[in-house]
Amino acid sequence: MGDKGTFWMPQSASTVSGEVDALFYLTFWISTVIFLMVVGAMAYFVIRYRRRSESEVPVDEHDSRLFEYSTIGLSIVLVLIVFTWGFKVYLKLNVAPPGAYEVQVTASQWKWDYTYPDGTVYAGDLHVPANRPVRLVMNSMDVLHSFFVPQFRIKQDVVPNRYTSVWFEASVTDTFDVFCTEYCGNQHSGMLGKVIAHPQEEFDLWLSEAGGGDLSPEEYGERLFGQNNCNTCHSIDGTRIVGPSMQGLFGSQRQFASGESAVADENYLLNSIVAPAAQVVEGYPPAMPPSYGSLPQDQLNALVAYIKSVQ
Amino acid sequence: MSVATATTEIPGKQVTYLNHEKSIKSWLLTLDHKRIGLLYMSTIVVVFLAAGILALLVRIELMSPGRTIVDAQTYNQFFSLHGILMVFLFIVPSVPAILGNFIMPIQLGAIDVAFPRLNLASYYIYMVGGVLVVAAMLLGQIDTGWTFYTPYSSRLGAPIIFMTLAIFIAGFSSILTGINFIVTIHKMRAPGLTWNRLPLFVWSIYATSIVQVLATPVIGITMLLLLLEKTLGIGIFDPALGGDPILFQHFFWFYSHPAVYIMILPAFGIISDLMGTFSRHEVMGYKFVALSSVAIAFLGFLVWGHHMFVSGQSAVSSIVFSLITYLIGIPTGVKVINWVGTMYKGSVSLKTPMLYALSFLFLFSIGGFTGVMLGVLGVDIHLHDTYFVVAHFHYVMMGGTVVALIGGLHYWWPKITGKMYNETAGRIACALIFIGFNVTFFTQFVLGTKGMPRRYYDYQPQYADLHALSTYGSWILAAGLFLVLFTFIHSLMRGAAAPSNPWGGASLEWTHTSSPPSPHNFDEQPIVTHGPYDYHHYYHGDGQSAEAELAPPSKA
Ligand code: HEC
Ligand SMILES: [Cu+2]
Ligand SMILES: [Cu+2]
Repeated sequence: MGDKGTFWMPQSASTVSGEVDALFYLTFWISTVIFLMVVGAMAYFVIRYRRRSESEVPVDEHDSRLFEYSTIGLSIVLVLIVFTWGFKVYLKLNVAPPGAYEVQVTASQWKWDYTYPDGTVYAGDLHVPANRPVRLVMNSMDVLHSFFVPQFRIKQDVVPNRYTSVWFEASVTDTFDVFCTEYCGNQHSGMLGKVIAHPQEEFDLWLSEAGGGDLSPEEYGERLFGQNNCNTCHSIDGTRIVGPSMQGLFGSQRQFASGESAVADENYLLNSIVAPAAQVVEGYPPAMPPSYGSLPQDQLNALVAYIKSVQ
Repeated sequence: MSVATATTEIPGKQVTYLNHEKSIKSWLLTLDHKRIGLLYMSTIVVVFLAAGILALLVRIELMSPGRTIVDAQTYNQFFSLHGILMVFLFIVPSVPAILGNFIMPIQLGAIDVAFPRLNLASYYIYMVGGVLVVAAMLLGQIDTGWTFYTPYSSRLGAPIIFMTLAIFIAGFSSILTGINFIVTIHKMRAPGLTWNRLPLFVWSIYATSIVQVLATPVIGITMLLLLLEKTLGIGIFDPALGGDPILFQHFFWFYSHPAVYIMILPAFGIISDLMGTFSRHEVMGYKFVALSSVAIAFLGFLVWGHHMFVSGQSAVSSIVFSLITYLIGIPTGVKVINWVGTMYKGSVSLKTPMLYALSFLFLFSIGGFTGVMLGVLGVDIHLHDTYFVVAHFHYVMMGGTVVALIGGLHYWWPKITGKMYNETAGRIACALIFIGFNVTFFTQFVLGTKGMPRRYYDYQPQYADLHALSTYGSWILAAGLFLVLFTFIHSLMRGAAAPSNPWGGASLEWTHTSSPPSPHNFDEQPIVTHGPYDYHHYYHGDGQSAEAELAPPSKA
């Protein structure tokens, strides 16, 4: 856990990350040594053969064919070694061991949703058991995204209308970053999350309570508000981000771009989440993604309850 | 030493391509390859300035996490516009259109390119494309990056079609220039200028032209397919219509990877010429350097899939693409060794152009090695779409092509303008660029391996220090680039008159033309009796001075 990684690489936390790092450092050191030789030769020649008089014209040497061919030969050998190794690591990264725990990942602008084998839908963060292979079967609702966990050294694009998959086995229990690495629009850099690797029992416990458990609707709503990245666009303290702040929203008079107006009651809040384009608040871009319409009803209820409570 | 001056002298003033006609029209409608080269130069410099300022703004925004100067939408448009301008309107045309146009025909001993009118047309087609690109950006608020991946881009609808159309038009300029140069090199070489005696700059322009002609149509086809999809609703790339977004990536990189070679091959040519002249030594492995450019040009068509290792393409394709990528790395590496080897037993002079050539060797090697690292399948998974990639291609495109271009501009500046520039200012600028560039982009390698994704407006606090450092570096880099601009402007206004061959070059533009050249380049048809890097011949040819060259030699 205290592992903060090396100069180049972040913490290494999956069963394959060590191998990726070894391969990285192999290529890194081969490159560095050759590079230093090239630069060294360059510096030496510049000094050794510097022009001493304007009229000097050195005698042309004929090139050494042997030198040329031996560099080509040597580089082919090096390249094949690195290639074969890279290929082996790639296969490992690509093929999930049989019996992996499967989680369905749904990406949409700009959040991650995880569906567990028991049907639980959980947004934002991915909870997994540690020391057990986990296979993610991924799909996008809209544009391309990419699932990246630096500490695991894995990455896979997420594509609409097609499943892609990636697997990993967390070797330590800790919390790791998830980044979206395929440009997906305005909030691309806000499409973040965490992977939380639990010991198996703790994970089982978590899963049994993931649906909200015995949280109050407001508390559950608050959690969902963060998990669904609502907070990347909406503040709860009155500041303007991309969308209006939630503070004091409930019960206030709303003015729309269409010229109409309405009082923000429960129905208004619900509609604003499931069909944001229907009534666009005046002075704001229609930038809220439509994908929240697919949230389960209990989660929508909790969100509405939470927004009501933000005063 | 000067060769052609004696013959073109009219009392007090020499007739050159710059002063033989003076009206604006004589510039805008000129058929002279040299003047067309200058038209390109002025336009391309403006594009570079604009795209460079956008880059500085992007860096300032990234100086600290969260909002620094602009909001996410504006930032996304900034980096997209930066990429689109730099790639399609700056770096693709840069070396061939400026130096290829100006220098290559002279190096051939020709009075112009094969089709001067077509050459002028290429320039105006480029202008039309350029204006449309800028219009599409400003009107369409395009924020897709320069890669236009579907389905995100196809959702933007009309602006994106407008944009691809604009790039398609600009592409035509590239195709026509390519054809023009290929014919010129085949048909207009001076007597005695065999393929083995071509300056390596000509070879590289030749290889580049082949790629331009073969690859550019593909981006046109891609545009056409996007258009069909949008207007007729045929599903090609958009999954909502049953299309395949990955297909778009295949099309895109089938053009854009070879385009990488359009961007770098001409730089190889410049470096070969610089290394030769400033080492006063034959370029080591001439044949290898010449032919490997052509080989790279062809192999470059077979590696596009290395941009797609994590896209969901099949594992088998990834493996094949990875292997071919390595194979391309080998001739490139050997070239670097040949350039360094050129100095061996030479006479090395550290004039400004040579400093750029040495910077190129340093920076481009780093770009090349990191490219090979990215080609390693298991490692690329981690590094793909992070700042490591951003740093890598800036080392190749900026540390490679741009540094070579600036070096080449210094080298041929006396020839082009007839003026010398301030050597000290030139060297200081080169040092600033070298330091600033490394501070800016080397930090980005570390950001990348640590996991910082590219095209991020906001980022986690652990990346803040390196981002700030990178931003400071960009200011040093900018200072260096402005100093270059200043040095050149100063030279135009105050520079001393340049001799016809200030560096002691041995190719025709130095030995057989005045600085600046006369309107038709040569006073009489030059006849070539030796290689482009035969400095012996130049200094001691026939046991006499270089002037002996002008008269058809009795015997080589
Ligand atoms: C990408 C930014 C973004 C995200 C993410 C986002 N919204 Fe919005 N939201 C907006 C914008 C912009 C508006 C104002 C325009 C409109 O009404 O559509 C808005 C409007 C609203 C409104 C109406 C506000 C008012 O002042 O009347 C509510 C309620 C709301 N969002 C709730 C949510 C919830 C709950 C989530 C998460 C499940 C969420 N939003 C996620 C951008 C976003
Ligand atoms: Cu994204
Ligand atoms: Cu490529």
